[in-house]
Amino acid sequence: MLNHYEAVFILTPVLSDAQMKEAVEKFKTVITDNGGAITNEENWGMRKLAYPIQKKSTGFYSLLQFDAEPTVIATLETQFRRDERVLRFLSFRLDKYAFEYAEKRKNVKSQPKEVKEEEKVAKKELKEEKED
Amino acid sequence: MAAHSGEIRYLTPPTVDVKKKKYCRFKKSGIKYIDYKDPEFLKKFLNEQGKILPRRLTGTSLKYQRKVAQAVKRARHLALLPYVTDMMK
Repeated sequence: MLNHYEAVFILTPVLSDAQMKEAVEKFKTVITDNGGAITNEENWGMRKLAYPIQKKSTGFYSLLQFDAEPTVIATLETQFRRDERVLRFLSFRLDKYAFEYAEKRKNVKSQPKEVKEEEKVAKKELKEEKED
Repeated sequence: MAAHSGEIRYLTPPTVDVKKKKYCRFKKSGIKYIDYKDPEFLKKFLNEQGKILPRRLTGTSLKYQRKVAQAVKRARHLALLPYVTDMMK
């Protein structure tokens, strides 16, 4: 039985860009090697943590959405626990509504540039109006 | 004396304010899933110390209050929201 899953994990900020990508790749292969299929991948980049974890105040957030058997989660979580680069992780099954939301989010993300530019234009217009 | 006993007299007239009916914002706007990735939205359901506000204050229905709680707890685990704080807003 295939389920939809989502996993978010925080990597230590001491890694270089290449090391970080390598770590993300590692977890992706853990999923794919166990018969899972990755449907979405997001990199939130460096973010400030709301509270320090292992005495670090920032971290690289990345999100993976995938379809897999329930057994994959156990192996993935052991990998997360073993890896010292991972500060925190969260994986859970997406229910019907969460899946709909995730799909919508994915579609929005696929054309983000246009939206941002529109926003920028709108903000600029507002500023100009204020200056006037 | 007997004429006054029938009615209660106040020094200041009691203020009868019309209570605004509370409603569940999720039911009203048809939101089915509460995203834990959006801490700014979740802050609407927290007090200044980062505690989850009760239903009697926010008006959220029980079904969605559970989902709010779930989302807040996930956000806290991922350090998107603090567990304890002061002066959050």
